Amino acid sequence: MSTTVTAPSEAPVFYVVDEHPHPEGHSTALGFWIYLMSDCLIFAILFATFGVLGGNYAAGPGPRDLFDLNLVALNTTMLLLSSITYGFAMLAMDKDRVKATQFWLVITGLFGLAFLSIELYEFHHMIAEGATPQRSAFLSAFFTLVGTHGLHVTFGIIWLVTLMVQVHQRGLVVANKRRLMCLSMFWHFLDVVWIGVFTFVYLLGMLR
Amino acid sequence: MTESPIVESTFLLGRFNLQAIPYHEPILVFTFIGVAIGGAAVLGALTYFRLWGYLWREWFTSVDHKKIGIMYMVLGLIMFLRGFADAIMMRLQQALAFGGSEGYLPAHHYDQVFSAHGVIMIFFAAMPFVTGLMNFVVPLQIGARDVSFPFLNNFSFWMTVSGATLVMTSLFVGEFAQTGWLAYPPLSGIAYSPYVGVDYYIWALQIAGVGTTLSGINLICTIVKMRAPGMDMMKMPVFTWTSLCTNVLIVASFPILTATLALLTADRYLGTNFFTNDLGGNPMMYVNLIWIWGHPEVYILILPAFGIFSEVTSTFSGKKLFGYTSMVYATVVITILSYLVWLHHFFTMGSGASVNSFFGITTMIISIPTGAKMFNWLFTMYRGRIRFELPMMYTVAFMLIFVIGGMTGVMLAVPPADFVLHNSLFLIAHFHNVIIGGVVFGVFAGIAFWWPKAFGFRLDPFWGKMSFWFWVVGFFFAFMPLYVLGLMGVTRRLRVFDDPSLHIWFIIAAFGAALIACGIASFIIQIGVSILKRDKLRDTTGDPWNARTLEWATSSPPPAYNFAFTPVVHDSDAWWDMKQRGYVRPLSGFKPIHMPKSSGTGPILAAISFVLGFALIWYIWWLAAVSFVALLAVAIHHTFNYNRDFDIPAEEVVRTEEARTRVLAQANA
Repeated sequence: MSTTVTAPSEAPVFYVVDEHPHPEGHSTALGFWIYLMSDCLIFAILFATFGVLGGNYAAGPGPRDLFDLNLVALNTTMLLLSSITYGFAMLAMDKDRVKATQFWLVITGLFGLAFLSIELYEFHHMIAEGATPQRSAFLSAFFTLVGTHGLHVTFGIIWLVTLMVQVHQRGLVVANKRRLMCLSMFWHFLDVVWIGVFTFVYLLGMLR
Repeated sequence: MTESPIVESTFLLGRFNLQAIPYHEPILVFTFIGVAIGGAAVLGALTYFRLWGYLWREWFTSVDHKKIGIMYMVLGLIMFLRGFADAIMMRLQQALAFGGSEGYLPAHHYDQVFSAHGVIMIFFAAMPFVTGLMNFVVPLQIGARDVSFPFLNNFSFWMTVSGATLVMTSLFVGEFAQTGWLAYPPLSGIAYSPYVGVDYYIWALQIAGVGTTLSGINLICTIVKMRAPGMDMMKMPVFTWTSLCTNVLIVASFPILTATLALLTADRYLGTNFFTNDLGGNPMMYVNLIWIWGHPEVYILILPAFGIFSEVTSTFSGKKLFGYTSMVYATVVITILSYLVWLHHFFTMGSGASVNSFFGITTMIISIPTGAKMFNWLFTMYRGRIRFELPMMYTVAFMLIFVIGGMTGVMLAVPPADFVLHNSLFLIAHFHNVIIGGVVFGVFAGIAFWWPKAFGFRLDPFWGKMSFWFWVVGFFFAFMPLYVLGLMGVTRRLRVFDDPSLHIWFIIAAFGAALIACGIASFIIQIGVSILKRDKLRDTTGDPWNARTLEWATSSPPPAYNFAFTPVVHDSDAWWDMKQRGYVRPLSGFKPIHMPKSSGTGPILAAISFVLGFALIWYIWWLAAVSFVALLAVAIHHTFNYNRDFDIPAEEVVRTEEARTRVLAQANA
């Protein structure tokens, strides 16, 4: 540091005179990204656990005995379509079209519900066959990984409904747009995680 | 309570019944009476002086980062006393249990004491201390008015309180884990720990963990987004840098703890087989996962302490920190390396020579950036005009003690040596050596350093020095014998001993613990005396240490808005630079200041979380369901509030600043 004792010719500026406050929600996008990455780590641990324990069938059923790829393909389609329709909702939001936004959000929610229903059907079917989470480490890891994803989608739908009520009450104000954008990131994030589940658990499982 | 009773579950109360209350354990009964009397006295005093409304409005619901920081410190101190009570009970037990004596603690109680000691000291004493200091200091150091998400900050704090309260509840209702602080399965599985102890552990950590993770996200955003103009990354104060790295570590490691504990929870509650011995489960998976969190955790604690020592060293040496850039790089390198060493906690697992060598070498490499930091501090002091105020004394003690701890750490990093020393008292001595010498001394240095900023008066130096010397001398008496015992082959967590030659070392260690107790007592007396003598110790300047960073540019205590005008930064020691180049405090032109509003939602959500945790621990399923729905409902209800900010009117800013002008004029007169 230049410790000049004499005062410099022009006085340096040490504070902002004409200040504008940080706009509301200025850190939300960054904060939400970091949150998503921390959530991603939770999934990473569940994937790692599945990777380590996924072959431990304990003389019980394995992926080939349990998975119905046609059903999973249908399920995956539901979730991928819900991501596309959420994208349409965001496009409508950008044009400030409340009704179109709400419409696409409803469609997104319905696709989400369809995904969850198929997943629950699959779980029910497996449990009825005796392939319970308690049966083997493979099944513990399977149900926990897929179930955690399903729980995320459930919370996403609760959040979606909440936001639809808020958009209905206040319209597409800045705060609501920000919230819709966060849910959008969350929703697409779940989609990405599901692609990992589909590939790593189901497809590779069938090849094991 | 005797050995974990297996009780019938009822609908209304789950597995809770009167047996859960340990009324036949004299130690716990007397503790409870003491706590009840003390608690009643505090609550009575609060009611008598009508402080509830004040506390609720001004503190509990406050989103002011300074108040939240102070509340974190209070929480940390309370839990530190509890954790220390556990420590001294252990030292006493081990000093007594010789020559056929069983000591005074039955096994199931002793096992809870050492588990609670570790859990409380790490999660509920050290973490709140560190988070509290970061919360208080970082926004001031970067010239901001609050954190990025002020409500979230309040919520994070109360979730930590909620977790701490669950741990405290386990003392009088049921039991705590008897598994050690990391609850390794299969011991922590339902087969070997069927009662509530491990469940208290799990839910306390999960609830507090939510708070920790969110607080990490919050502080990262604050540091990235809210720095004053001119403060680019390489002009940030070193404490802010270490805070940034610590919060990156928090966000990148606490989710791992969350997931790992969730898997253990599934094993215990749902009967899954992740970490069991049968049906394909793998207990070593847990040990790997928990240490992938656990090793970064120790750096989460030590990095902010490094930051504190950096600020203290340069302030009290009257010099710019030596090697700022290398300090920053060293911090970042430690941050990254801390993820590549976790396996050194279980070299004995049997991963083979190649894996053990890799982790042994990465562990040793960490000593390089740490050593660089040590030299930076020494060179900062070299030719400095050193003032041995209390924070500086702690810093010098840290440098001496931490180097010893670091060297024993490098010894433990050598896998063949670790096979001998693993789980011995040598290890215990090593990590207390670095945690007390590093984290605890860092926190004490930080408290002494920033206390005047927080409260407007300094801490009494005499009692501070008493505390310091008791701590330093007590530390050596308490932990050097454990190195010796460890080399003699004594393993950790033992309750009784046969070999009389070990006895003397345990007596010396107990004596050291007694000295540390005097150190803690002196610290509390120091706070009391300082409050009584506050007029004499008053800091009117806002800059009592002739310090260097922006937090000293404002008054002590700072106004709610921190800075009437946002500072513009030209140098890493921004305030020093301002003082050198003739900064004149602005006296007019004040504007209204936009600030966040208080909110009661944080404490309410945390209270419901506590109920939820309690219900889950005791299998009271209806209550768990109700409180879970309530949690969601309150959280959603909170999002319907769009009106979260207000403006501090310009007149109020003018009033506050004029008051300061008068105080400064008196000080100069």
